[in-house]
Amino acid sequence: MNLTLKIWRQKGPQDKGQMVEYKVTDISEHMSFLEMMDVLNESLVAKDEVPIAFDHDCREGICGMCSLHINGEPHGPDRGITTCQLHMRTFKDGDTIYIEPWRAKAFPVIKDLIVDRMAFERIQQAGGYISVNTSGNTQDANAIPISKHNADLSMDAAACIGCGACVASCKNSSAMLFVSAKVSQFALLPQGKIEAADRVRNMVKQMDEEGFGNCTNTGACEVECPKGISLENIARMNREYLKASII
Amino acid sequence: MSGFLSSSIARKVAMSLSALFLIIFLVIHLAVNLTSLFSEDVFNEMSHFMGTNPLIQFAMQPVLIFGVVFHFVMGFILELRNKKARNVKYAKFNGAASASWMSRNMVVSGAVILAFIVLHFIDFWIPEINTKYILGDMSGVLPGEEGYRYFEELQHKFVNPLRVGAYVVAFILLGLHLAHGFQSAFQSIGFNNKYTKCVKNLGTIYSIVIPLGFIIIALCHHFNH
Repeated sequence: MNLTLKIWRQKGPQDKGQMVEYKVTDISEHMSFLEMMDVLNESLVAKDEVPIAFDHDCREGICGMCSLHINGEPHGPDRGITTCQLHMRTFKDGDTIYIEPWRAKAFPVIKDLIVDRMAFERIQQAGGYISVNTSGNTQDANAIPISKHNADLSMDAAACIGCGACVASCKNSSAMLFVSAKVSQFALLPQGKIEAADRVRNMVKQMDEEGFGNCTNTGACEVECPKGISLENIARMNREYLKASII
Repeated sequence: MSGFLSSSIARKVAMSLSALFLIIFLVIHLAVNLTSLFSEDVFNEMSHFMGTNPLIQFAMQPVLIFGVVFHFVMGFILELRNKKARNVKYAKFNGAASASWMSRNMVVSGAVILAFIVLHFIDFWIPEINTKYILGDMSGVLPGEEGYRYFEELQHKFVNPLRVGAYVVAFILLGLHLAHGFQSAFQSIGFNNKYTKCVKNLGTIYSIVIPLGFIIIALCHHFNH
């Protein structure tokens, strides 16, 4: 298939950047989206042009590195997948595809399609952990009774790979789905209860300081999340936050 | 904003609490107005009671005005802050793929509702305040006439088709605002559980029934004058 690509090019953080049009030909419908980008980059290198910078790592949907905003949606038009799992058969011959970086003040562009997602790391460091003494006398986690229901919900929340699609899809650039998943995965387990109040307070404080927008419950994040993280987590985070602030 | 309201979640909760308060107010407002379709006397009596009872006038009315002003001011502040959170716009953004028009345009429906409230205040509230507290006439009766004036004034307002049209448009936008706002208010205060489907259905019914009720009242008075 032959495609027209409109891709965001930006030399560095200070560069203004612009959309640049590229044509790619003979693209196989079996290729992943990133493989199509590889083909384009090889052709650019062959022409002595600077290849397009984009994030990728595992290419099997679990690392959370790939991050393209494709035709107006994070990770493209398919549901429950990352960009590396998006296949070219989703598109038609002759299509024009817009490829942009995540857009949020808290995710500044480093180069082309790569954004700095360290804001997520700082939120995680603010409280997304449990303090466990690893001196050798650590209690076996399986010795602590946990209901199946809570264990499942916690596991579902922990499926978040921190890719940032929630922020990219949100009209407010809100990070609440990410933060609520990280809050929930601990809040649901006995090990997480001890630091629950400090955790939610500190993570929300850090989230606000990073400049993410405010959630208005549009639900776009849940739809676009490659791991299907539920809005229930945001409600849980709100409850945890109120509990920590008022009680 | 400082203290508790400096946090994004606290602002969300404050928005939803003021919304839930206004949701309850709309039910009361509609219930009183509906009586105008069935009995002129009942409507007059209720209007006079609401308009002269000190508890309603000096305790509940200021709370209501605060609730309305707070909801609008906070709503617009949050919208501006949220716009700032994305300093570079997407060349292509397919918002409709993942969220409803209502949820993405609460500020649009909110602005129309605000314009309606200004009109509504000019139509009813300001003349009432003027008659009762500036001119000091608490009788509810027009000079030289018998019986309360409220029903007459209500019908008179809905003679002009342009005003009726404006009211109908505003109520449709109110319905769209509520279609997202009702269940969103519950989500914001942390209510998301096995009853959420029920809340969503209730929200859909509420967002249709309440504005439709007001529309029917406006149209009935327009055509029956």
